[in-house]
Amino acid sequence: MGNYIAKRLLQVVPVLLGVTVIVFLLLHLTPGDPAELMLGPEATPQTVRELRKDLGLDQPLVVQYGLWLSRAARGDLGRSFTMKTPVSPLVWERFKATLLLTLAGLSFSTFVGVLAGILAARRPNSLLDRFVTAVALFGVSMPVFWLGIMAILYFSLRLGWFPVSGMSSPTGGGFWDTLHHLVLPAIGMGTVSLGTVARFTRSSLLEVHAQDFIRTAHAKGVGPERVLLRHTLRNAWIPVVTIVGLQLGYLLGGAVLTEKVFSWPGLGLLMLDAILQRDFPLVQGGVLFIALVFVLVNLAVDVLYAFLDPRIRYE
Amino acid sequence: MPSSIPASDMNEQVSADSIAGRGWKRPLVRIALRHWLATLSGLVLLSLVGVVLLAPVLPIADPNAIDTPNRLKPPFQRSGHPLGTDGFGRDMVSRLVWGGRISLMMGLTSALLSLLAGVFLGLISGYGSRRVDTLIMRGMDILMAFPFILLAIALVAALGPGLFNAMLAIAVVGVPQYARLTRSCVLTVKEREFVESAAALGANDATIMGRHILPNITAPIIVMLSLDVGAKIIATASLSFLGLGTQPPTADWGSMLAEGRNFLAFAPHVATLPGLLIFVVAFAFNLLGDGLRDVLDPRLRM
Repeated sequence: MGNYIAKRLLQVVPVLLGVTVIVFLLLHLTPGDPAELMLGPEATPQTVRELRKDLGLDQPLVVQYGLWLSRAARGDLGRSFTMKTPVSPLVWERFKATLLLTLAGLSFSTFVGVLAGILAARRPNSLLDRFVTAVALFGVSMPVFWLGIMAILYFSLRLGWFPVSGMSSPTGGGFWDTLHHLVLPAIGMGTVSLGTVARFTRSSLLEVHAQDFIRTAHAKGVGPERVLLRHTLRNAWIPVVTIVGLQLGYLLGGAVLTEKVFSWPGLGLLMLDAILQRDFPLVQGGVLFIALVFVLVNLAVDVLYAFLDPRIRYE
Repeated sequence: MPSSIPASDMNEQVSADSIAGRGWKRPLVRIALRHWLATLSGLVLLSLVGVVLLAPVLPIADPNAIDTPNRLKPPFQRSGHPLGTDGFGRDMVSRLVWGGRISLMMGLTSALLSLLAGVFLGLISGYGSRRVDTLIMRGMDILMAFPFILLAIALVAALGPGLFNAMLAIAVVGVPQYARLTRSCVLTVKEREFVESAAALGANDATIMGRHILPNITAPIIVMLSLDVGAKIIATASLSFLGLGTQPPTADWGSMLAEGRNFLAFAPHVATLPGLLIFVVAFAFNLLGDGLRDVLDPRLRM
């Protein structure tokens, strides 16, 4: 197992480097000179040249990449053009809101998805099973932003149960207020991945259920509930853990849509504004940060998998 | 993942059912009836495509004709606008049809672009030398190391918002899944005897890839395409919803939805209808894809 984990860790190094190269090149794909963009249209050629020198833009691309990477590794992602402050604290501050939203959405989809998967697997091809499959297909086909808007329409505007947008009320704050704001976006976000979790739980359970030791358990007179809890679930939950872990990365990356719908002050919304204002260091920093988290989450899932299931070996 | 499934008999199945065309005509009706949901979805999609293609000749209003006195008319009232009007008094039916033209075109085009690039890279990767294979697949790993929508957003940020760039970004992000599928299929097919015989008869690599390998791996690729188009329509609409796709006055379903958010409280139909159509189209593509998979390539079934 140690061997597997070591290999998996090594494998992540070139991927991480590749990610940084792409994020670095993004800024250079953009038409126009960053120094000119930073200074605005009134800048004189003289000041542009000086800023280019300050930013190291007159150096060869490889050198620029090296400098950028070594600064990024120390947590320095440059300064935002529009806010004139360092990017890292901005990104980190907003990331916390995104993480809160994502974890809440994931908790919802995991809880409901696993439960639905178990219920569906208890009687394959029953009405309930078909219903779960249909819901899963609905989830895959559902634009998350539309679902969110429909939720606002019904639960916020018509019934008035939840706030329309934001993370806290202008007057209040505190735990319950945030929770109140969190409910709709988290459920909207979680619903889309709920189906995937349910289907995975179902197929994993059914696979284990077809095995000999389950028949043995039944044959020796263990009750069906106990077989499910002590024999089937214990062996079936590992793939479920994996899919839930992968959903975490997926939801983090897609959070921007939910944030936009509910005006949730997360990293995605920050980056969206940055894109429209052509604030490239902020875009770059945000993309790099989320991509790193995504890679690390997927790595953690793989390592966890090896940990949970000693049968896993590399290739 | 297809690679983890023993591929010994599956390709026979695939080639016999879908490639040779043997025994297709007679049971076609029977297959269509058995997979009636997929057939129905296919018909719905065909008619939708027909409608949006015929948009210029249909008796509908100008989608960009502004009529402010009649703004935000609700649907199903005798106002001359069967589905009401939007915030500028533009006819919703007409805008949905013309917007659908853009949305379907963006989804289909980006899926096809992903497919072309992905299949090309997958073929080279699966058939070429080990070094080429490693190079391409590591590149795909890196693309997949980004969350899907985030990379698309980042690309659009670099290229600038717009219909074409959004389509391109979504296409780039979708390449790895096709490349990986193609590669894994090539790896199993290239060990078969007919490839060996072709090589023995002196066929060059391009001929072997194009004439012998490619026809034997089309079924899973078609299935993936049909499952993917729905996702691509949602993805391109997402970018438009975020303001990174189509720019006004051009509209697709995603940007119409974003506009409709402003009138949610008093004219919910403006946001509801385009989203509903995105959902219906994506749902239909998924059902169609499921059906095609059952018929063409049962090994991909979950």
